[in-house]
Amino acid sequence: MTAPMTTTGPDLRDYVLRLGDDALVAAQRVAGWCTRAPQFEEDVALANIALDLLGQARALLTYAGELEGLGRDEDALAFGRDEHEFRNVQLVELPDDDFATAIAKMLFFGVYQRLLYTGLSRAADPTLAGIAAKAAKETAYHVDHAVSWTLRLGDGTAESHRRMQAAVDHVWPYTHELFEPGPPPAAAGPGADPAALRGPWCREVEQVLAEATLRRPEDGWAPTGGRSGVHTEAFGHLLAEMQYVYRAHPGARW
Amino acid sequence: MGDTVVRGQAAAERVRSAVAAVRDPEIRVLTIEELGILRDVSAEDDGRVVVTITPTFLGCPAMDVIRADVAAAARDAGCAEVEIVTVLSPPWTTDWLSDAARAKLAAAGIAPPVRRDDPGGRTLPLLMPALRAPRCPRCGSAATAEIARAGSTACKALWRCDACRQPFDHVKDH
Repeated sequence: MTAPMTTTGPDLRDYVLRLGDDALVAAQRVAGWCTRAPQFEEDVALANIALDLLGQARALLTYAGELEGLGRDEDALAFGRDEHEFRNVQLVELPDDDFATAIAKMLFFGVYQRLLYTGLSRAADPTLAGIAAKAAKETAYHVDHAVSWTLRLGDGTAESHRRMQAAVDHVWPYTHELFEPGPPPAAAGPGADPAALRGPWCREVEQVLAEATLRRPEDGWAPTGGRSGVHTEAFGHLLAEMQYVYRAHPGARW
Repeated sequence: MGDTVVRGQAAAERVRSAVAAVRDPEIRVLTIEELGILRDVSAEDDGRVVVTITPTFLGCPAMDVIRADVAAAARDAGCAEVEIVTVLSPPWTTDWLSDAARAKLAAAGIAPPVRRDDPGGRTLPLLMPALRAPRCPRCGSAATAEIARAGSTACKALWRCDACRQPFDHVKDH
């Protein structure tokens, strides 16, 4: 017997799963730069940022598993689900085919995360509020890192400007999915309303782009589907790499 | 240890002093109490002792080591059953570092976080307005510069002193 759905928005478990999947997939992409960043200090910085994101993912997925009540822990959710069961936005799964792409994604996703977590730190649900308050402070450092690189690359050489602009143009359409309308669950509170976050997000991002002498892309094509399990071609490859050990050695411990 | 099992409030006090002495695995000069990681030690009616800790960063890789060290310290203090609870709220902040803890960091060559009310704190010409420049922990000079925001651990940045020309770690404001 399952209880009938009484709300139109996602239930809290689905909502927390979205946040956890966003952080997990972003962490996996950022961690991929470790040992191949353009300079050694950047290796350390990106590994630190990936670690922060992974920490957020662990707390959120653990909580999603508790809300679900099926006995799935953070590992079962991260490594035991297939592509169509992931609820992350497509933005975070896009391949970092250029360093500028990684920075553009970090800027757009980081500003969104900071605004969202700040709003969620006032959530009625105490666990979600606790995770969000902690994570909001961490994301401020991620945004700072992305902003400093955006300025350096955008307002740098002709080549760095060209590639940073190309990255911004490439990634921009995928930012719309972050703000898809739909009320968050009541326990998340009004501070998490995606429609209300887009305005502040645009103002902050547009200011950075302007200072970096970059053109803000026109709004047009807005790919979507991540929240309902539809992902880009690259996502399956990401999961295959991330989940390989867990699936090859079920139940293994060290 | 088995013959020295203690219970109740006395057990909580004994576990508290043992656990409070556990050192942070990454900043060895400070205990988890001085860092603000240890939030509470309490005795339950059924004889268990509950130790409450909080992470500095959500992804802090030292948490597993801290949990193991806390459990070992409680066992050595004669507590048979200890439960370690991790809480996230209120979120950890460097404001919880006492003056004594800050002095210990500086003595170890690690610049402590800059207090928000420090009148001598120099605000950095950076994009994040909350960041403030630390003084050199060796010579005390305010002429310092950031080398790398991400340092030897997630909670530290790498700085250098322009007066005595030495690099140093700085626990980031958080």
